[in-house]
Amino acid sequence: MLHIVACIKQVPDTKIIKMNPKTNTMDRASAPAILNPYDAHAVEEAVRLKKRYGGTVSVLTMGPPPAVKAIKKCIEIGADEGYMISDRAFAGADTLATSYALTKAIEKISKIKPVDLIICGKMTIDGDTGQVGPGIARRLDMPPLTSVNMVKEINMEEGYAVVHRKLEDGYEVIQSTMPCLMSVEKEINEVPYSSMTNMLKAARYQPIIWAVADLEDVERTQLGLKGSPTIVSKVWAPTKPSGGEMLEGDAAKQTEQLLNILLEKKELFAAVKGGDGS
Amino acid sequence: MSFEDYHGIWVFIEVKDGEVVPVSLELLGAGKELADKRGTELAGVLIGENVTQLADSLFEYGADTVYVYDYAIFKDYRTESYMKALLECCQKYKPEVILYGATSTGKDLASAVATDLPTGLTADSTILDIEEDTGLLLASRPAFGGNIMATILCKKYRPQMATVRPKVMKALTPEPGRTGKLVEETASLKEEDIRTKVLEIVRHTTQKVKIDEADIIVAGGKGLGSPNGFQLVHQLAETLGGAVGGSRDVVEAGWIEHHHQVGQTGVTVTPKIYFAIGISGAIQHIVGMQNSGLIIAINNDPEAPIFQSSHYGIVGDAFEIVPLLIEQFKQAFNREAVDHV
Ligand SMILES: Cc1cc2nc3c(=O)[nH]c(=O)nc-3n(C[C@H](O)[C@H](O)[C@@H](O)COP(=O)(O)OP(=O)(O)OC[C@H]3O[C@@H](n4cnc5c(N)ncnc54)[C@H](O)[C@@H]3O)c2cc1C
Ligand SMILES: Cc1cc2nc3c(=O)[nH]c(=O)nc-3n(C[C@H](O)[C@H](O)[C@H](O)COP(=O)(O)OP(=O)(O)OC[C@H]3O[C@@H](n4cnc5c(N)ncnc54)[C@H](O)[C@@H]3O)c2cc1C
Repeated sequence: MLHIVACIKQVPDTKIIKMNPKTNTMDRASAPAILNPYDAHAVEEAVRLKKRYGGTVSVLTMGPPPAVKAIKKCIEIGADEGYMISDRAFAGADTLATSYALTKAIEKISKIKPVDLIICGKMTIDGDTGQVGPGIARRLDMPPLTSVNMVKEINMEEGYAVVHRKLEDGYEVIQSTMPCLMSVEKEINEVPYSSMTNMLKAARYQPIIWAVADLEDVERTQLGLKGSPTIVSKVWAPTKPSGGEMLEGDAAKQTEQLLNILLEKKELFAAVKGGDGS
Repeated sequence: MSFEDYHGIWVFIEVKDGEVVPVSLELLGAGKELADKRGTELAGVLIGENVTQLADSLFEYGADTVYVYDYAIFKDYRTESYMKALLECCQKYKPEVILYGATSTGKDLASAVATDLPTGLTADSTILDIEEDTGLLLASRPAFGGNIMATILCKKYRPQMATVRPKVMKALTPEPGRTGKLVEETASLKEEDIRTKVLEIVRHTTQKVKIDEADIIVAGGKGLGSPNGFQLVHQLAETLGGAVGGSRDVVEAGWIEHHHQVGQTGVTVTPKIYFAIGISGAIQHIVGMQNSGLIIAINNDPEAPIFQSSHYGIVGDAFEIVPLLIEQFKQAFNREAVDHV
């Protein structure tokens, strides 16, 4: 029986987020917090593997207390258990400190039930580094399998998994020993609407919440801001180009002007003709 | 950790099908600037099987030194084998900075190496600079779906590492005959130590024109209304001999495949001419095409943000404008052809 841990994060919805034009900072209150969309696919894949091979799906998040909502969303998708690590000491963590804290939590979860597979999203939509998954894998000494867009086979008896890993212009088929960590692409699955049963279960569900003191062998200096080698020193809104020339007149006049502009620029015209511009 | 022990700017050289991938050459160009500013050397780390001869071109593109791991065990990219080689190399020579392309390989490798060293890793950088006296790398990157830019520093650890988006840095013009120091390293790895195997590599060959290499891109958005309306984009692209691009919304609507998507979560492109037709100009789209040579926007809403980012704008209905353009270009090309006989 597989025990899969899916790592999930609550993020501000970057589609809706507004910037404060005076301070150039994000108005976090303007954006609703959602389950990171890639992580919904991670949980869905875990649930599908559970259906295929039997087992349990636990989800794990590090975040402030309201992140319980993201765990409930995962219960709706079909996860069995939810764990959250929440403590002021985690605040300000970069990917190195985040993977450290999550690793300590996974070590504790695997004492409750040994972990065979960890699934992460490809990246988050706020930090969007994609570095946390491989970080956890290295710390737990598991092979990291990033950009996975299909899980072809899991063979528990012989202890291996076969996956497709997306490349810029195709994919590769990889066999890895288990336990391993996968971070998954969006196209790996479609997250269906939740069933009524799962929704009811989620509404009642209370995750297990741990503070730093509940974890074992934690080096406090490796947590949060203190344990983070990277610092965000400056944040600014990307400069908006000032805009170019608007062409005037009716459609025929405008297109004619454009044509002349393009034909005048010899170098561009060469590109248009695919020739040398002579 | 004594920072004085750390010297040199390094670039991880990614090899695919026996060739250096373009982003690695771009990073040698960016790395050269950093190295000159610091008065230090630029090195490439080349890992693979039968790759040693590629070092020649790396020197021509600016590398002073190339460290090579040329063994059968490195035939395919695997996180564990490449990571171990790079870690060994790092511990031996102590570079100040390591840059990687933000490709599926580069990101995977850099994240693993950063954890083991350990050190900080800035993701998906688009702007690089270095403080001349302290050697502090200033790596800036888009975050929150492109809504903000952030400068990330790694003050207390070395080496400083960053992955860098393809197509945003410029490769140097190669200097034929330029040479450097080739250092052949020995690998202490055994196949039994590696827990993954690459069973097969499948490349999509259907991709006719690669949009990140095209000189002209005609990109369409939700404003074309339907898959049928989107055909206009194909027609203009065909007339001009260009490639077709799209916004994320048309990809999600299924009008065109994902590898045509331009932007933050798609491809970064730098064609000579970029047409944005019926595209609103969301920041996530703009970051992927803003470095194009000439940007032309066609949109029926005069307030559309795309006009802020374009060199020439036409306010009008795409269904009226684009057919006219196609017609006029065809005529102009015919005239040219006649003039030349
Ligand atoms: C503007 C800005 C820029 C930043 N740039 C960098 C940078 O360049 N380098 C750097 O090291 N840090 C950076 N950070 C910090 C970093 O983004 C987060 O703080 C870090 O906690 C998680 O990284 P991520 O969100 O990028 O996750 P990713 O690595 O993108 O997430 C991948 C997967 O890891 C799992 N995961 C991530 N976070 C959690 C969590 N809290 N709980 C459970 N699972 C999780 C999820 O499965 C997720 O899909 C930046 C932060 C900001 C605000
Ligand atoms: C994390 C994140 C990542 C993203 N990544 C990307 C990305 O990589 N690439 C990307 O493109 N988007 C990306 N997006 C989505 C982006 O925010 C926009 O939603 C998207 O670019 C809008 O696509 P569009 O311009 O085609 O559609 P719309 O915004 O719907 O714009 C359609 C435009 O067409 C015009 N129009 C309508 N009818 C006509 C007509 N007859 N003639 C001429 N013009 C007409 C309208 O005026 C409008 O301006 C991302 C979003 C997020 C949150």
